Amino acid sequence: MKILTAAYAAVMNLPERPMRWAQGRLRGGRLGWVFVAPNLAVFALFSFLPIVIDIVYATTGGAQLLPSERPYVGADNFASLLDCTNHLDPNTCTRDLFWHGIWNTLRFVVFQVGLMLGFSLLTALVLNRKIMGRGFFRAMFFYPVLLSPVVVALIWKWILQREGVLNAGFMAAGVTPVNWLLDANWAFFWSVFISIWAHMGFYTLILLAGLQAIPAEIHEAAAMDATPPLRHFRRITWPLLMPSVLVVFVLGLIRAVQMFDEIYVLTGGGPGTATTFIVQYIYKTGFADGVRQYGLAAAASLLLAGVLLVLTLLQLKGQRAKNG
Amino acid sequence: MADMLTAKRGHHRWDWTDWAAHLYLLLGVLVMFGPVAWLGLSSLKSETGLNAFPPTLLPYEAATAPVEGRGNLRLYTIDSGDFAGQQLAEIRRVGIQAQMVDPKRPEVIIRLPVEGRTPVMRMRLATENYTALFSRFDFFRYFWNSSFITIVATVLTLLVNSMSAFVLSKYRFTGRESVFLVMLATLMIPPTIVLVPNYLIAAQLGLTNSLWGVIWPGVATPTGVFLLRQYMLTLPDELLEAARMDNASEWRIYWRIVLPLSAPALAVLAIFSVMWRWNDFLWPMVVLARSEVFTLPLALNSFQGELTTQWNFLLAMTVVTLLPVTIIFAFLQKYITQGIASAGVK
Repeated sequence: MKILTAAYAAVMNLPERPMRWAQGRLRGGRLGWVFVAPNLAVFALFSFLPIVIDIVYATTGGAQLLPSERPYVGADNFASLLDCTNHLDPNTCTRDLFWHGIWNTLRFVVFQVGLMLGFSLLTALVLNRKIMGRGFFRAMFFYPVLLSPVVVALIWKWILQREGVLNAGFMAAGVTPVNWLLDANWAFFWSVFISIWAHMGFYTLILLAGLQAIPAEIHEAAAMDATPPLRHFRRITWPLLMPSVLVVFVLGLIRAVQMFDEIYVLTGGGPGTATTFIVQYIYKTGFADGVRQYGLAAAASLLLAGVLLVLTLLQLKGQRAKNG
Repeated sequence: MADMLTAKRGHHRWDWTDWAAHLYLLLGVLVMFGPVAWLGLSSLKSETGLNAFPPTLLPYEAATAPVEGRGNLRLYTIDSGDFAGQQLAEIRRVGIQAQMVDPKRPEVIIRLPVEGRTPVMRMRLATENYTALFSRFDFFRYFWNSSFITIVATVLTLLVNSMSAFVLSKYRFTGRESVFLVMLATLMIPPTIVLVPNYLIAAQLGLTNSLWGVIWPGVATPTGVFLLRQYMLTLPDELLEAARMDNASEWRIYWRIVLPLSAPALAVLAIFSVMWRWNDFLWPMVVLARSEVFTLPLALNSFQGELTTQWNFLLAMTVVTLLPVTIIFAFLQKYITQGIASAGVK
């Protein structure tokens, strides 16, 4: 510990002279700019500049990486992405994989966010009771949140494989084994299931914190009046929990729309296109295909960015409602 | 059901809702932790144990016995016929017939149908799955790459974001509000939508196939700035004034007074950062193409494509990857869950 403190002091002392010099020259709080400079530099380089470059890529074509070597194509990339005879049927689209990605993502978001919210809420309500070993149960539900997506995918791949433990259990119960990840509907089901498994602990924690923030007196008052339990939940717990539910809902949406890691390792987007989501389309088009189509990937990124912008504004609004 | 919906009940007599709640929790533990436990158990099985179907709970493997002049052969118990109850070793299989031999009388070859015999299994922890990771695969390198990225990135993240948070909470200067808003605005630019441009920038800076290429883009985080600023706002200004009286430089005030006092918030951010970095997948996959710079998740992902027939190594690798996070969680469980619940971010 002493060594660490000494090392900390030694390292942090290094900028002392230049910082003192800067302090002597900058008056009236302008020294603040020196402190925020590193942060702003990283943001500028890896967040704001990239949005501009995204626009440059989206409006140029070809497989060149350097923007100066790419021919200007105007809105062609967007037009090609959005070109469909029937937008409801991805197979009639020029970029059919993009539309498979959109519809799969939409379907995924509806099921995953809805079910995850339900299970998180149920778990939070159960954990909010007087229960022996509550800390242990809370930790168990939270544990998968910490696991790497690749680890999550491999754990389940091992369980779901043809000769895996799940099929063994089914056989013992007299049910024919299923090739879980080679059947389109089952693969989609497991994508939803596993992403809920991996993330619900986080949302449970937020909802549990929300439940615990409700003053005990309110519950006690309701108990005095002998309020029936269902009405107690509907009239007292649920409205007071609403701000936390909103935060969980929007955060869940933002993450579900960008789902990629676990599912990519688990199914590779298959079978066929059954579990190909929008971020996988961006990754595949920009980096994994033989011909790297940066323009299309950037155009798809910008469309996704539009959706996320709306969702993030909702989140900030929700958080303000929660904090104020 | 109805009672389950209401919080904290006063009395201690167990009614059916208590049973339902406990049943739900036990089922939850099975579903949430069972898969991980199954992975751990499986990773200690030898190849023959893993191929057994239906699988056994504990690590068993096919037993072998040395037979003179033939090396180690697999043992089978014969179920019926003249040799019922005896353990014989299999020399080879020809169609539905097997050539067997009694290890004690290796000169007599016995022909038996393959049905009507069961392999002899014995329990053994296949630790070679783990040792092979380091001898047969370049596992230590991936472990090192992941650790390097996690540690360096976390230190940089804490430093850079706390510097901003310090002045954003304790200084007044023109543009302060705008700076804070600009930083929060980056919440709307998640890494998934700037993959292509960031790849270009990393390439231009010579950061592709370099661990620094993974580290830099995530060093500044709006979550971090927000978290630390909110905490530093609660520190009394008098402490800073007192230090200024003693002629301490602003930099010194920052690292001698403000940072140590912000330790709880820094700890929360450190936990987040370690989680983000150790588990990061998409951006490293884009920026790192050569296998010698692979992180653990990347190595796992590439091995799962190549080693699907060698689950024993793949499972052991997965366990080693989740072990550090699991150990940290086991010790800091309360701290981590509280930190995340209070910050409400991930």
